[in-house]
Amino acid sequence: MHLTRRNFLKAGATTAVAAGLPTPFIARADAADEIILASLYDLSGPFEEVGKQMFDTLTLAVEEINGSGGLVGKKVRVVSYDLQSNLQVSAQYAQQAALKDRAAVVHGGITSASREVIRPVLDKYKTLYFYDTPYEGGVCDRNTFCVSTTPAQTVEKLIDYACKNWGKKGYTLAANYNYGQITSDWVKKFVHDHGGEVLGTEFFPFDVTNFGSTLAKIQAVQPDWVISVLVGGTPLTFYRQFAAAGLNKKIHVCSTTFGGSNEEAVLTTNESDGIVVCYNYLEQIKSPANEAFLKRFHARFGNKYPSLTELPMSSYQGVHLWAAGVKKAGSAERIKVIKALESGISLDMPSGKITMDGATHHVTQDVHLAVYKDKVPIVIETFPRQPPADTAAVCNLFKHPNDNKQYVIKVS
Amino acid sequence: MSVGRVVSYGVPAVIGLALLIGLPQLLDLFVLLQVTLYVVMAILALSLAFVWGYGGILCLGQSAFFGLGAYAYAITAFNIGESSLPVVIAILLPTLFAAALGYLMFYGRISEVYVGVITLTVTLILFNAVNSTASPEYRIGSALIGGYNGLPNVPSLNFPFDPDNTLQPDDVYMVAMATLLIVYFGIRWILRTRFGRVLVAIRENERRVEFIGFDARLHKLAAFALGAGIAGAAGCLFVNWGSYVSPTIFSMIQSAQIIIWVMVGGVGTLIGPILGAVALSWLTAEVGTQHVINADILFGGILIVFVLLVPRGLVPMLTEHVWSRVMQPRRKVAVAAKLAAPGGRA
Amino acid sequence: MAFASIVGLEVVYAVAMLILVSLGLAIVFGMMRVINLAHGEFMVMGGYAATLAVHHGINFWLAIIVVPPIIVGAIGVVIERTIIRFLYGRMFETMLATWGLSLFLVGLMTVIFGDDTEGVPMSLPGLHIGLYQESGYNLFVIGFSVFLVGAVYAFLRYTRLGLLARATMQNAPMAGALGTNTSGVYAATFALGAALAGLAGGIIAPIAGVVPTTGGSYIGQAFITVLGGGASALAGVVSAAILFGVVDQAATFATNAVFGEVALLLAAIVLIRLLPNGITGRFFRRSL
Repeated sequence: MHLTRRNFLKAGATTAVAAGLPTPFIARADAADEIILASLYDLSGPFEEVGKQMFDTLTLAVEEINGSGGLVGKKVRVVSYDLQSNLQVSAQYAQQAALKDRAAVVHGGITSASREVIRPVLDKYKTLYFYDTPYEGGVCDRNTFCVSTTPAQTVEKLIDYACKNWGKKGYTLAANYNYGQITSDWVKKFVHDHGGEVLGTEFFPFDVTNFGSTLAKIQAVQPDWVISVLVGGTPLTFYRQFAAAGLNKKIHVCSTTFGGSNEEAVLTTNESDGIVVCYNYLEQIKSPANEAFLKRFHARFGNKYPSLTELPMSSYQGVHLWAAGVKKAGSAERIKVIKALESGISLDMPSGKITMDGATHHVTQDVHLAVYKDKVPIVIETFPRQPPADTAAVCNLFKHPNDNKQYVIKVS
Repeated sequence: MSVGRVVSYGVPAVIGLALLIGLPQLLDLFVLLQVTLYVVMAILALSLAFVWGYGGILCLGQSAFFGLGAYAYAITAFNIGESSLPVVIAILLPTLFAAALGYLMFYGRISEVYVGVITLTVTLILFNAVNSTASPEYRIGSALIGGYNGLPNVPSLNFPFDPDNTLQPDDVYMVAMATLLIVYFGIRWILRTRFGRVLVAIRENERRVEFIGFDARLHKLAAFALGAGIAGAAGCLFVNWGSYVSPTIFSMIQSAQIIIWVMVGGVGTLIGPILGAVALSWLTAEVGTQHVINADILFGGILIVFVLLVPRGLVPMLTEHVWSRVMQPRRKVAVAAKLAAPGGRA
Repeated sequence: MAFASIVGLEVVYAVAMLILVSLGLAIVFGMMRVINLAHGEFMVMGGYAATLAVHHGINFWLAIIVVPPIIVGAIGVVIERTIIRFLYGRMFETMLATWGLSLFLVGLMTVIFGDDTEGVPMSLPGLHIGLYQESGYNLFVIGFSVFLVGAVYAFLRYTRLGLLARATMQNAPMAGALGTNTSGVYAATFALGAALAGLAGGIIAPIAGVVPTTGGSYIGQAFITVLGGGASALAGVVSAAILFGVVDQAATFATNAVFGEVALLLAAIVLIRLLPNGITGRFFRRSL
């Protein structure tokens, strides 16, 4: 029935040629003498700075791989696209990477929105996908690997610290999209676990410039601390107005995003001192692997580079994880690489030891709690080997390999 | 039917059918997907070409109707799981919305510039409102509206009343191309009817038409609503191209783009905006791969240059140039006289 | 009580902000019938002027109050001479051209300054009201916009230049016949509008970050305030800013910032439907 009707339409409209689709579905990558890695970051627009850093660390990782003989006897070649913070363009480039370049793997998408545009395209055209940004968790898709952190890994540590050291009354300011919404739910859960209370949660669009009413509301309820889940240009405005009203002397601040766009470089020490963050990677991590990495990175991209954070490190580690998968599989073919990665590959990386969790396609990794002092994050405590517990609660790709969605994790 | 008329309808019809049938055979999947997008944008350009170029209505927010159509399709498709009704709603909802808005504007006798301002404001409101629906409490039936992220993984079109039989990319292309042809010839037909002639007369001199006894408000309202319906159909096809819809569809940049397409191609023509949409959409994608020039500088510059130097657009300029060479002197005078007529936008 | 006065202060601050953001646009629209859609980018240029000035060690107050209007005013003259003057009397074409200009400037600033958020560090002490603290800078913004309205009024009402400007706008051929250089007056008026936009950008720079794309978040509000106000530049802006500022803050305190803006825009549509010529089309007709 299905075929006849399709053919009928074609036969009626065309000269009875039911040629079907051209040949995107056959095996690729292994045929040529190089392996294509497509990079889809925002290199212009609001995410320009972080996008360029992610592209640089990705480039370094590929150069390291090629420098040590390439993968399965072939060189890796990077094809780069600029998503321009434009979803329509994101969809176009995902199609281009899959169908025209026949990429073996696509790295990229910075916002959750662009990931959810790219991911179905790559699923449809059977191209392996790595997403390298910290996000709200819950993506469950056998074709996709999410190599950065999720709330259960980082937010829990922040709230622990805040409730133990500052008090049990919090206030959440979050970006108004699903990362902010879901993360603020996690904040509520973790605060309740400590017997505390979130006195207020407010959501903001990316371009809000006046926090006056919010500052008044915050002062009306007198929280012990404020957590900022703000994204884009707004965080800077908030920290500045918060300090201008003198509130940073009375109310503590922690954040899931601070430093990600090098906010500390623009703010004064008065405005940024004391802000607590929790990330998988900080330049200040003391380990031989990290020191060697920083030396290589600065030799390649210069010493005046802004300090690297979790996002560019995830791109770097993501490429190496994929390469380890290819090596283990002995081939860049999609299914073989997925199977190799699912076997639980571990690597020693600048951020510590990381392990691919086969059931969720997320990564078990170290996280570091740090406080900003004189524009530099000082590590307070390191929590080794944190599993992606949030996604694991809803996703098991070993049991349900055909799962393909982003679960909204019920937080209670 | 005169020879001229046969040519003017026949040539685009033959070219259109040839593209409709030929391209899926000739192009590989990637190029076909890009072409599908350009065809969708061409339909969107036609909607404004009609409203602005023939209705004389300065709509700065055509993307509002494009976005409403897209969201209406996506939300109903999630709820119903079958695409026939969603397509109808995607066209009907923007039409009704435009009718209500048009009633407010045209029956309130608001001046031209304010029509521009209000349509722009409505777009801003829709953008802000939809953008702030990220919380899971904002849902319509089983569809989460999703705020900034929008709705990903929207079910694609299926053959009418057969939900399991979804359209493949080459089918989507053919549907889009067929829609473009229907819209193009549909508008040309409308312009030949009594309604279309009155509409153009209103564009030229609204007061005079009212003195003769026509209701200008009603005609403008109808044209505005019809344009919105076409934009809604384009929105529905856009969702089918990319399987997602997000609030950026309502953004000012999107509205600006539509205006630039029409402006560059030629206000008061139909083929011009189609070509403008295709050429500039292609350029947008190219700019991102070249890393040479900033897209904003390019499009801003294009808009300024055209307003100042080529205010009537490329197609009218080129055709007149060719016409005046090919035609006999006698015809030349006629063309010149037509051009000299007030607001002679062909 | 303290909370009430904080809320009251926020409302006044919102009104002051709207006035500051709209004044330049209002001068250009009210006097020249030109709708400048690149107004937001003029503000951003003012913000960058202030940022650069501070980075070059210029005194904070000079950097935000003096430098931006001079630089943006000069840019305004160039833009008027190269683009705007060919389009007088053609409102819609001006709108399109300035829309193009807006895109162009965003792109140009992105190329020059990049997409990082820049800022001007500021150190004014906070202000105590009961148990609350309020930014001292907010009070400065309120005071400054009152001063600015007064200054613009005095300029138009009592100076010879102001008189010439008003005469040219009312009847350009007649003013020209009496010996006024009307073309020069147009350029000067546009420059004044640009300078006021730049000044607004400079004043806002210390509280909001400066990025090429932020212009868009101001243009909608400015646009609506000016059109809601109607033909009289000053009285229109002040009355519309009071109306919209109160609506915006009421909705913001009741819900959140997004619905504040939606409420503002809806109020504007209703207002334009009821008073198609703006507030000063019906009331305060003979005001400036």
